[in-house]
Amino acid sequence: MTFIKTTYNRRSFLKVSASASGGLVLGFSWLASCNPTTEQLRLMPEEWFNINAFLKIGDNGLVTIMSPNPEIGQNVKTSMPMIVAEELDVIWKDVIVEQAGLDTKKYTRQLAGGSQSIRQGWQSLRMAGATARHMLLQAAAKQWNVPISELSTEGGIINHPSGKSAGYGEMASAAANQTVPEEVELKDPKDFKIIGTPTKNVDGPKIIKGEPLFGLDYQHEGMLIAMIEHPPAFGMKLKSVDDREARSMPGIKDVLTIDSLPEGTEKQWSDVNAFPQLVVVVGNTTWEVMKAKKALKIEWERVSEGESTLDYKEGLTKLLEKPAEEPARKDGDPDWAFKNAALVIEKTYTAPFLAHNTMEPMNFFANVTSDRAELVGPIQTPEYMSKTASKVLGLPEDKIAIMMTRMGGGFGRRLYGHFGIEAAVISQKINAPVKLIYTREDDMTQGTYRPAYKVKYRAALDENNKLIGFHVRGAGTNGSLVFANRFPAGTVDHYLAENYVLDSNISVGAWRAPRSNFIACAEQSFLDEVAEAAGKDPIDFRLELFDRAISNPVGEKNDYDPERYAGVLKLVKEKSQWGTSKPGVHRGVSAYYCHNSYVAQVLDVVVENNNPKVVKVWCAIDCGIVVNPEGARNQVEGGITDGIGHALYSAMTFEDGKPEQNNFNNYRLIRHGEAPLEIETFFVDNGIDPTGLGEPSLPPVAAAMANAFYQATGKRYYNQPFMYDESKMDLRNTI
Amino acid sequence: MSQFTIKINGESHQVDVAPDTPMLWVLRDHLKLVGTKYGCGIGACGACTIHVDGVATRSCLLPVSVVGEGAITTIEGLSAKQDHPIQLAWLEHDVSQCGYCQSGQIMNAASLLNQNPDPTDSEIDIAMNGNICRCGTYIRIKAAIKTATNNS
Repeated sequence: MTFIKTTYNRRSFLKVSASASGGLVLGFSWLASCNPTTEQLRLMPEEWFNINAFLKIGDNGLVTIMSPNPEIGQNVKTSMPMIVAEELDVIWKDVIVEQAGLDTKKYTRQLAGGSQSIRQGWQSLRMAGATARHMLLQAAAKQWNVPISELSTEGGIINHPSGKSAGYGEMASAAANQTVPEEVELKDPKDFKIIGTPTKNVDGPKIIKGEPLFGLDYQHEGMLIAMIEHPPAFGMKLKSVDDREARSMPGIKDVLTIDSLPEGTEKQWSDVNAFPQLVVVVGNTTWEVMKAKKALKIEWERVSEGESTLDYKEGLTKLLEKPAEEPARKDGDPDWAFKNAALVIEKTYTAPFLAHNTMEPMNFFANVTSDRAELVGPIQTPEYMSKTASKVLGLPEDKIAIMMTRMGGGFGRRLYGHFGIEAAVISQKINAPVKLIYTREDDMTQGTYRPAYKVKYRAALDENNKLIGFHVRGAGTNGSLVFANRFPAGTVDHYLAENYVLDSNISVGAWRAPRSNFIACAEQSFLDEVAEAAGKDPIDFRLELFDRAISNPVGEKNDYDPERYAGVLKLVKEKSQWGTSKPGVHRGVSAYYCHNSYVAQVLDVVVENNNPKVVKVWCAIDCGIVVNPEGARNQVEGGITDGIGHALYSAMTFEDGKPEQNNFNNYRLIRHGEAPLEIETFFVDNGIDPTGLGEPSLPPVAAAMANAFYQATGKRYYNQPFMYDESKMDLRNTI
Repeated sequence: MSQFTIKINGESHQVDVAPDTPMLWVLRDHLKLVGTKYGCGIGACGACTIHVDGVATRSCLLPVSVVGEGAITTIEGLSAKQDHPIQLAWLEHDVSQCGYCQSGQIMNAASLLNQNPDPTDSEIDIAMNGNICRCGTYIRIKAAIKTATNNS
């Protein structure tokens, strides 16, 4: 049992009625409505008692728990309330989950990004449940006139050794009026009953019925539909528009131009937008607006040079060849190591721009009036959207209400909420409620891509095949690539890490496991080659490096724990029976650390008719306590499939600034028949507080696959997507 | 604009829309049946899959004017009590991540089983190949289809 001060955002635990919270409170009827099961519906309480910002208890013992963070498919709408329910000590089937809207007075960090929701919410969610439990106990102690220390709880029931007992529902009214305790007890993790139990997605039953859950499904009385035209190429902007034909088409209400980020607006990191100036068509229905959009005659003008794929490839290459500048990190004397090496291995790896391609295209609902704004839709960063909306609309933040809908995917794309600001600006201009919808083509060609990358590795081996020098120089478009203090930093005496950035007018943003999503593949493919050159087994080679980092680390800034890193490698080695071989099966290994979690993977591939097929992936992951093993496994499987698919098939390319892919007929995503046949996941059980889970399984898998392909074909893969890499297997016909 | 009478989930509906309006937008905008999703508009992702006379059809490419007497089923009408073997299997395997593509996946899988009650793995791959899941739940989708096959 742990005692914890309730200092963390204490106001969250005060009894705050909705109207007293100071913010704008709106009736987002279908979104805020409870999600009760049929059984719960029959048992709905007559009265709910607000205990704190995270939960309310019904007079019959049902509990409503608010899920504060946006849901993008990472399953926090299930796992975050599980944490509250655990400390409250109720039975999960008595819990109803509701999505909270943005409320910075009640909640902190209502953001989906960086695989941090559970890690950052862990203490406050536990505290919310524990505080409420304590207040229920206080109420019972008072009513029964017994010391609180004599009371215990089990599954929503308060018990006293005398035989007295009461359900939470009976005490809820009194509990709501208790003072918030200064200190509360938290459970010992070994006593967890809900945390660690596989639990199904709370929205699962609604999803399989097709109920309206997503931003694109949102309806509002009098709502119009808006769609946009943005410039067809990066480096262009709007010059003029002839909208006569479009205006005359059936169902069209207005054609206008907007600027969602007027010059002089103070920008935040989330305000990435290559095309703030747009032509907008507003009408009654989506199809009518889509047709009118095609009837627009727009002149665009060039404001900066149009880049082609070859341009930035050349630019990245130049950065890798230019004279060295200040390194990101330097240990020992790398020059000496490379001069005196018995063998130097040098390899270069590349990756293209990638679009996020959430299945639900960008969209947002806005209803802006003279004194307030309601914004509803899929957004990973509602707090940042609120700030930008305030500046652009000229309304104070407390007059802006944002409700997050379930998102049809995020992957980082919805960190950048320009589409919500655009909807708001349109609504303000036309003075009507409006839902903005991007077509798939608008969405895929808008930018905010995963940057294109190029990275060069060099390794120096001495005559005993010991790694004595390591050099990595990475370059990315509008973003750096190399994490200078990650492995293998700390394991090599002479180490050099350099980062270079190529300016580009193609906009970029965070894409699931930013930077890691490529550098892990490059690094772990390279180490496979170095291990081979050193004549060592690839797992043993890595374990030797971790031994060095454990016993005698180089430098002090290494940002990983080599024992946990080695731990997942040993676990996956054991589970995959590494070292055994099956005829026709080729395997590769990879390990990576990101988002505070450690992952190691072994991947088996078979080649049939010259086509490779991933048959199995073993994944060992150390992400601390796993709140919901069911959802966690699903995340790991998804990350692996995502990582395999993008490394094999996906790319955005450009000609004179114009994206050459704009829909799923020319941008290839992994499909059913290309997914691994089986993924087996092993979680390290170490009782450590939870760390990231939504992203870490993705980065290493491309290297495990490339290393397995090498075993199959004798050829190395250096350039993503592998499908187009000049050699090798005929990946074009894998469907 | 023209009047069309269409049969959806066993009920007759009248809509007044342009003849080229895809069923996707008739369902979503005019009838507020929003379980059918927009993903690509070119029949390349499967999110908009409905049944016409029991056969999976991409509603984004199906103009209302050609539906005629065809009986349309959407995710909302796949079963009266959300107990189609495919829906139950989806819950059993906790398939969904973001969930956006899943109504299309479910409708496509249900159509597969209508035509082939006991598909092999490769028949499942071929039949489901047109339905993209960006979250990568393919392994669970396949497992759920196999469970539904055994239960139906």
